[in-house]
Amino acid sequence: MSDVEEAITRAHHDEWARVVAALTRRFGDLDLAEEAAAEAFAAAVERWPADGIPPNPGAWLTTTANRKAIDRIRRENKRDDKHRQAQMVSDDDPSEPAGAIDDDRLRLMFTCCHPALAMQTRVALTLRMVGGLTVPEIARAFLVRETAVEQRITRAKAKIKAARIPYRVPSAEDLPTRVSGVLAVLYLVFNEGYLATGPDTDPVRHGLTAEAIRLARLIRALLPDDGEVAGLLALMLLIEARRAARVSASGELVALDEQDRGAWDAALIAEGHRLVRERLAAAAAGVAPGRYQILAAINAVHTSARDMRDTDWSQVLALYDQLVGLDPSPIIALNRAVAVAELDGPQVALAAVDRLQDQLAGYHAYHATRADLLRRLDQSQQSRAAYDQAIELAGNTAETASLTRRRDQLQ
Amino acid sequence: MQYLVSVIDDKSNPGSTDRRPAISAFNERLIAEGYWVFAGGLADTDAATVIDNRGEQPVFSDGPFVESKEYLAGVWVWEAPDLDVALKLAAEASKVCDRKIEVRPFQ
Repeated sequence: MSDVEEAITRAHHDEWARVVAALTRRFGDLDLAEEAAAEAFAAAVERWPADGIPPNPGAWLTTTANRKAIDRIRRENKRDDKHRQAQMVSDDDPSEPAGAIDDDRLRLMFTCCHPALAMQTRVALTLRMVGGLTVPEIARAFLVRETAVEQRITRAKAKIKAARIPYRVPSAEDLPTRVSGVLAVLYLVFNEGYLATGPDTDPVRHGLTAEAIRLARLIRALLPDDGEVAGLLALMLLIEARRAARVSASGELVALDEQDRGAWDAALIAEGHRLVRERLAAAAAGVAPGRYQILAAINAVHTSARDMRDTDWSQVLALYDQLVGLDPSPIIALNRAVAVAELDGPQVALAAVDRLQDQLAGYHAYHATRADLLRRLDQSQQSRAAYDQAIELAGNTAETASLTRRRDQLQ
Repeated sequence: MQYLVSVIDDKSNPGSTDRRPAISAFNERLIAEGYWVFAGGLADTDAATVIDNRGEQPVFSDGPFVESKEYLAGVWVWEAPDLDVALKLAAEASKVCDRKIEVRPFQ
């Protein structure tokens, strides 16, 4: 990748949401903001190789996007009364607390995660507007057709405009109920960064994981008593802490059992553990933990073990049992089976995994987990077939490399 | 911004019939706080007539344009600054009417 390409990629990760959010505030129109932002990035691709990378790429992009938006308004003659009526309501009340809460990206996020939008729509819209993901990337992340994602986003923007969904951070009173939708979206953004898809993308997109963590920290500052906010932040930190150990020098995904634990980020782990302990204290006082808190606790068990053999698997399994009670999704059941394999052996785990076939046949991790269990049971031929299916379905380059090596190591 | 606020009842599971005083009190508040534009309860869907005069002769048919278990029992029109305000009022309206509420913006 050339310097210019790298600068554009970085600017896209760092500046996209800021540009869309600033334009939405200025022009009161998400659609216009998105299109002008996209045009500004297209202009960067065209001009930076010849003109050089501007000293402040964010400012260049915002200025260019502003100009593109104004051009577009002139072209479409949108500056009539009808347009002004359709503008989104932006709350610029100066009495609103400043600082952390006064972030355009948070406004953008609460608008994109509005309860009047369907959950899948909130996710798609936030990934597009805040995360800056393309429609094909979103479609891949959710195993749906691109046209379906496109339609979802288009309808959402139309509804926001027609129904006047406001562009502001909700009042303190409404905040807690508005947060859970935001958390679900942040977690999905984090996962897209953590296990990035697409044949030409980096295996881990630090910009997205960092952005998800940054926004989770902001929400944590706003809602210090919300257990799920703390849980999600802890979960992200404990996963992010393992980032350096997760991809090898040759660009291959390294599984938990093969990771160099010395390469884990001790500061992030300490911060994550602090949050988990805080939630454990709350749970001991009778506050039932939600799913992010349980997932964070599972990751805390893993990050407390000096090596794979030290892992307290019975604790992990107990936490998964608790999680299954809250969320009966087949993906949770698949992860639970991994803990079962450590406690009761691969044969028992394989039986549990095979029961998920109908629901997970299109999911690469299902085949990868089966392949690993079959390998441990010395069923090389079946293991190879499962690896083949996993490789075919996996979208992450580092994961494909790791699966290919494991397959080729089979006797 | 004006919103059409529809009260939706369910023929197989109707809401309670003693809501009138609570609805009147809620209407007083809507008027006092400046949200109220219009309100009206509707007679049963059996009393509806559909007219189609797109052809040569007007055709009258007995009954509502769509037969369904759920039906429109009444409407409000509210003036509200944005959807958050309308949704908050609608959440109260649903309790007050003991029925589902649909909020739909006017163009």
